Amino acid sequence: MTETTRTTGVSRRTLLKGTAGLAGLAAGSGAITGFPYVKSADAKVLRYLGTAVNEGDDIAKQCLKDTGIKIEYITATTDDVTKRVMTQPNSFDVLDTEYFSLKKIVPSGNILALDAKKIKQFDNITPVFTKGETPGGKKIGGQGTAPWKVLYLEGKDSKKFATSATEFVTLIPTVYNADTLGIRPDLIKRPISSWSELLNPEFKGKASILNIPSIGIMDAAMVVEASGKYKYADKGNMTKEEIDLTMKVMTEAKKAGQFRAFWKDFNESVNLMASGETVIQSMWSPAVTKVRSMGIACTFQPLKEGYRSWASGFCVSKGVSGAKLEWAYEFVNWFLSGYAGAYLNRQGYYSAVLSTAKAHMEPYEWAYWMEGKPAEKDIKAPDGSLLEKAGAVRDGGSYEDRMGGVACWNAVMDENDYMVRKWNEFIAA
Amino acid sequence: MSEEVLQQASPGLIPGSGTARAAKPTRLSPSFISWLQAGPMMLVFLAFFLIPLAFVVIVSFWDYNEYQLLPHFSGRGYTDTFEGCLAQLPELCTIGKTYLKTLKLCFMVWAITLFIGFWIAYFLAFHVKSKTWQMGLSLLCTIPFWTSNVIRMIAWIPLLGRNGLVNSGLMKTGLINHPVEWLLFSEFSVVLALVHLFTFFMVVPIFNSMIRIDKSLIEAAYDAGASGFQTLVNVIIPLSKPGIVIGSIFVITIVMGDFITIGVMGGQQIAAAGKIIETRVNALQFPAAAANAVILLVITFLIITMMSRIVDIKKEL
Repeated sequence: MTETTRTTGVSRRTLLKGTAGLAGLAAGSGAITGFPYVKSADAKVLRYLGTAVNEGDDIAKQCLKDTGIKIEYITATTDDVTKRVMTQPNSFDVLDTEYFSLKKIVPSGNILALDAKKIKQFDNITPVFTKGETPGGKKIGGQGTAPWKVLYLEGKDSKKFATSATEFVTLIPTVYNADTLGIRPDLIKRPISSWSELLNPEFKGKASILNIPSIGIMDAAMVVEASGKYKYADKGNMTKEEIDLTMKVMTEAKKAGQFRAFWKDFNESVNLMASGETVIQSMWSPAVTKVRSMGIACTFQPLKEGYRSWASGFCVSKGVSGAKLEWAYEFVNWFLSGYAGAYLNRQGYYSAVLSTAKAHMEPYEWAYWMEGKPAEKDIKAPDGSLLEKAGAVRDGGSYEDRMGGVACWNAVMDENDYMVRKWNEFIAA
Repeated sequence: MSEEVLQQASPGLIPGSGTARAAKPTRLSPSFISWLQAGPMMLVFLAFFLIPLAFVVIVSFWDYNEYQLLPHFSGRGYTDTFEGCLAQLPELCTIGKTYLKTLKLCFMVWAITLFIGFWIAYFLAFHVKSKTWQMGLSLLCTIPFWTSNVIRMIAWIPLLGRNGLVNSGLMKTGLINHPVEWLLFSEFSVVLALVHLFTFFMVVPIFNSMIRIDKSLIEAAYDAGASGFQTLVNVIIPLSKPGIVIGSIFVITIVMGDFITIGVMGGQQIAAAGKIIETRVNALQFPAAAANAVILLVITFLIITMMSRIVDIKKEL
C-alpha cells in the first residue's frame, strides 16, 4: 500500500518537473514566441533512395558532422529503385542509381539533371566516365550502357541523351566496379582463366549465375563469346536472334544440370559459395570479401576476356527545388570531397574522384587498393575488421589493369521486353 | 443475413421479436438493419478487395512500354504471355509448363498436408481426451509460426545442403559415398518446405470440424458393428468434409501464388506462376504482370469452384 502511494507521489512530481522543463525548453527555443520555422529551417534533411552499395552509416554520420545535412536512407534493390522512381517520384530527394537504369528513368521525366558547373570536382572526375579511358590512357570497352553514352542530356528538361558534353549531367558518378566470376580455389584446384569455364561440364551441378535478367544475360554472353560460339556486335544490345542464341546455350547447360542454383541477392551468393554448393559463379566483389572474411578461400578471378562493369551516381527527383536543391548540391559536393570516396575504395569499389579519395587514405592503403601492390601492413575494412594480412595482393591488380580490362557494361537492351520473356523461358526450362 | 442471426444479435430492433416492440416501436426496417450490420464488412471488402481487383483486371488490358503504362486498350499483356504457344504445339510453351509445374507442386503439397493434417487433427480430436491437453497441443502446433516463414524456410538449407547435416550424417554412417544432391534446390526441397509451412492450415479447420462431431454417432456406429475403418470412412470423413475443404482452399490458394518459397528452396531454377508475375513487375511491365495475375486468379478460382461442388460449404457451415 505504501509502495503504491510512494510511486504515485514520485511520478506526479516527475511529471510536473518534466512539464516545466518542456515549457522552459519551448520558451528557450523560441517555439513559444510563434516562430517555429526558425528551428525547422536548421534541419537539413535529404531523403536518399538507392541500393545498399553507397549507403553506409559512417557516410551519413560524417556528412551530418561536416555539412549539417541529415541523410535518411531509403534502401531498395536496383529493380525496386527504378520502380519507385516511376511510381513515387515524390518519395525521395536524392537518387542514387545505376547508369543502365537511365534508359528507363530519363524518358519518364521523373528526375532532374544536375548542373555540372555547380559540381566543384566535376573536372576531376575520372576519365573512365567522361572519356571511356583510364587515367593511364587505356581504352575501356564500351559495349552495353557505358556511362559516357548516357552521361549528358541535351538540355535541362530534355529526355534525350546528348552525344557530346553539355552542362546537364544525368548522374554525377559516385561508385563503380569491374565484376567477374568468383571461384573456390580450394575446391577447383587448378587455374581458371576464361569465362567459358562457367559452362565447363567439369563443374556440373556446381555453377551458378544471378537471376537478374539484364545482368545474367551479360554474363551468359561473356561465356558464349569466350567459348568461341559467337561474336556479338554489342553484348549489351543484342538482336532477337542473338538473345535466342544466348538463351539456347544457357538452356542446354541448365537441362544438362550445370547449375546448382541461381541467386538474386548478395547474401544468397555468399551462402552458395561459403557452403560449397557452388564452386564457380557470377559474384560481386564485396560478396567475395565476405566469404573470405568467413575464413573460406574465395577468389574474385580476373579472366582473359575481361570484366563486366557497372557504375552508379547521383541525381535528384524532379520535385526538388529551392533550398533543398542547394542542399542536394552541397551533399553531392561533399560526397566527392574525399571521405566517402576513401570509404568506398576501402570496400573494394572505386570512387569517382580519385585525387580527393587518395588524400583521405593512408599511402599503404592506396598502394594496396589502387596500385595493385602487396599490402605493407594489414588491410582493414572501414569497420576496423581485418580484410587481408600484410603481403596480400588485390585480385585483378591495379585500378589501371582492372578498369582497363573492362569488356562491357551492365545494360538495358532495346529488346529488353523480349529478353525478359526469354529469361522466364530459361528459368522454366 | 438470416433473420435468426439478426434476432440473436439484436432482438430488440426487429419488429415482432418479443416485448421490445410493444415498449418502443422502431422506424427502421429489418432490411435496412441487415444492410447496416453487413455494411462495414462490405465496405472493407469493396475497398480492399473488389476495387483493387478491378484495377488489376483493367490494367491487364492496358499497353506498356519500357517506363510507363499506356492507358489504352490492348491485349498485349495476354498475347505476350501466350506467345508462341500455338506454334509450339504439341510441346508446351513456357506459360503452359510453368502452370503445369505450379499445379503439380500444388497438388503434391495439398495431398501431403491433407494426409498429415488429417491425422494430427484426428489425434487431437479423438485421442486426446482432456480439453486442456487439446488446447495445449493445438497451441503447440502454432509455435513454428512465432518466427517468420522466411527463417523457417532458410533453416532447411544448412540441413539439406551438399555439406549439410543430413548428407554428412549419411556419409558418416556409410550409407552413401557421395552427397545426395537432390535434397536441396529440387522439387523435393520445395515440397518439403511448403508442407512444413502449411500443414497447420489443414490441421486447424479439420480439427474444428472433428471436434463438433457428436461422439454418440461414433458410439452408434461401433454398436452397429462397424469396424474402425468403416467408422472412419462412413462417419468421420464425411462429417469432417467442411474442414477438409476449407483447409484445402487455404493451402491451394497460398501455394498457387507462392514464389518466395519455390524460389529459395528451388534454387531459383523452378518456374512458378507467382515468379512470372514478380519478374514482370521488376521489368516494369505492369500490364503483363496484371494479366498473369488474372490468369492465376481464374485458375485458382476454378479449382476452388470444383472443390465446393464436392462439398456445399454454405450448407455444411
